[in-house]
Amino acid sequence: MNKADLGTSAEHQPAITFASLLAESHVIICAGSGGVGKTTTAAALAIQAARSGERSIVVTIDPAKRLADALGLPGLAPDPVTIDEHLWRRSGDSASGQLSAMMLDPKATFDALVARYADGVEQSERILANSFYRSISSALGGTQEYMAMEKLHELSECGDYDLIVVDTPPSRNALDFLDAPERLLRLLNNRVFRVITAPARTGFRAAGVAVQTLVRAISRVIGTEVVDDIVAFFRAFEGMEEGFRERAVSVRALIAESTTQFVLITSPRRDAVEEAEYFAERIGDHGYRVSGLIVNRVHPMFGSEHGDTLRSRAAALRGLPATESAPASARDRLSKHLDVLADFQSVGSRERHNLDGVQLRLGRGAAVAFVPFLAMDVHSIEALDEIAALIFAAPS
Amino acid sequence: MAGKGGVGKTTVVAALAVVAARSGLSVLIAEVEGKSGLSKAFGVNDLEYEEIVLSKGISARTLTPDAALSEWLQGNGLGRIARRLNASGILEIVATAVPGMKDILVLGKIKGLEQSKAFDLILVDAPAAGHAVSFLTSPLGLLEAVGVGPIKTQASDVVAMLSDPSRAQVMLVTTPEETPVREAIETAFALEDRVGVALGPIIVNGIYADDLASTSENDLGKPDLFDHTALQESISRDAQASGYPLSAREISDIADAVSFRHARSRVQSHQADELSKSLPIPQLRLPYLFDGEIGFPQIERLADALSAQIESLSDPLIGEPAGKNE
Repeated sequence: MNKADLGTSAEHQPAITFASLLAESHVIICAGSGGVGKTTTAAALAIQAARSGERSIVVTIDPAKRLADALGLPGLAPDPVTIDEHLWRRSGDSASGQLSAMMLDPKATFDALVARYADGVEQSERILANSFYRSISSALGGTQEYMAMEKLHELSECGDYDLIVVDTPPSRNALDFLDAPERLLRLLNNRVFRVITAPARTGFRAAGVAVQTLVRAISRVIGTEVVDDIVAFFRAFEGMEEGFRERAVSVRALIAESTTQFVLITSPRRDAVEEAEYFAERIGDHGYRVSGLIVNRVHPMFGSEHGDTLRSRAAALRGLPATESAPASARDRLSKHLDVLADFQSVGSRERHNLDGVQLRLGRGAAVAFVPFLAMDVHSIEALDEIAALIFAAPS
Repeated sequence: MAGKGGVGKTTVVAALAVVAARSGLSVLIAEVEGKSGLSKAFGVNDLEYEEIVLSKGISARTLTPDAALSEWLQGNGLGRIARRLNASGILEIVATAVPGMKDILVLGKIKGLEQSKAFDLILVDAPAAGHAVSFLTSPLGLLEAVGVGPIKTQASDVVAMLSDPSRAQVMLVTTPEETPVREAIETAFALEDRVGVALGPIIVNGIYADDLASTSENDLGKPDLFDHTALQESISRDAQASGYPLSAREISDIADAVSFRHARSRVQSHQADELSKSLPIPQLRLPYLFDGEIGFPQIERLADALSAQIESLSDPLIGEPAGKNE
């Protein structure tokens, strides 16, 4: 396969490379829309770090089964799993590297958080048994994202890892994780429920009446049992908000650190590239910046001829009258072959057009790597090695 | 219609809508997950809650839980408190307390549209695969969680719609690659077991053309396509025989392209076969479009490909008189 020119011309040569990004980071957050190879890329980054001597871990949400098998991941686990070095270490690698992986269990992470901030076993048990809590910890939009960030904080604090690569959840909105802690805090601090559950604190009877009207209306719609559960939850949770708020603040501080880097993953499709640029903007709005972009599944190009030119050559060839010396079968076959080449040239140049200038739009200094669409699907450590080699290849 | 992110679900929804509209049906496309790229493909502005016409016979709208909720509250004589609920943040708490509540609001709206018979066919561009299962299981979950009241009624009406194959079917969309295929299989089983909804044919999108029946490997020039030297020689022979000389560079580029496509095709047919083995339901296969971003001309070509295959299905997919959701 030819190394295609992917438009990394000298004037927008990135200031940093993925190698330096990996060496300087303590945390890498991989973000991107669904189906762009986010999990695979996160795993490839962690493997590369381990091979260069770091103690690295990849935290993922829901890896494809064969990838999990390849990494020797047993499934949901509250604790990281060390990956057998025979699986990933190659000759010549630094001996000090370690590779771990874990599949995030959002509910278990949340339970641990409750246990941590509860005032004793009794309070934590009351909360864990509440069905409203069970909804929050398993079904609330953003909980997975929040718990991914929470786990990240925990892994960062424990000091066992030089590099933590987080694969963000495949959420409806790929950037929910940025807002997740705030959303949860807002929910836990809801004024109305604070009024119901702690009437002594309010002193305003009028407010109480308005609230009671609302609650009665809600009960009519969803039933009193559900409302009772909610009230019971807020009572049980009393006193823990502060701990959660502090935690959210320190998670945010960790994300803001200079050793925490965002890497966007995308495919070269126009919609995906546009979405990646939108993500970069949103990440910027939060005061963070994107340090790397990895474009997966870029179609290979073969040579420099234009797709349309090739297609018209193929058509012209088909239009020639058959002669004894030039049989139709040979011409047919050749024109089909020309069409195959034309197809890849068309899709390849379109993809390169989509990516044109993406580096500038993400901001100078972001590392950019293009990973070609491989002839095979990626499900083994060998394939991850290949991807890592493509990401970390020095720009030519 | 449901499938993993990036498999082209929205494009397939659009193509199916075109097929149905061509046969004279009125179609509504309901987008339930925010901006999907559908409006772009048809060259219109982003969809709104209010319905718009995309092209002849095809309308579209986006259904958000919030808009569906205000409408529903109005309809249930609770309009007065709707605004207060929103402002107080209580809605978020209630939605959390009742998992699936947002989904049921959207599904309830779809059910309302179906019963209004305003359209012959309603195509729902569902959330990405994993979420599609929770989206469709939400009414059952609600029936268990909520004992009484209008929400319960809403949920059981939706369950009735989903479990009646003449009213609703799920069509899965996948690409012929390992991860999407596996996810499609898991989703199919989860939907059948946990929702009891009927599955329509599965759509395998993005197939490289030489797997699309007519052109077989043999047409692509005999010798083993992985034998690069032999392939180059064969191309060179054909070029000479055709009186169409090619440079060595051109020959090697063509050979590279042909081998790459062949290798991917092998992965693709393998995955499509795996899919047939695990999911014994009809497959509709759509070609990968090399020559353009998805716009109306591309959607029409996919619609052509769908029409040709739908005709050969024994169980007609489209054309029943009553409204139907997919």
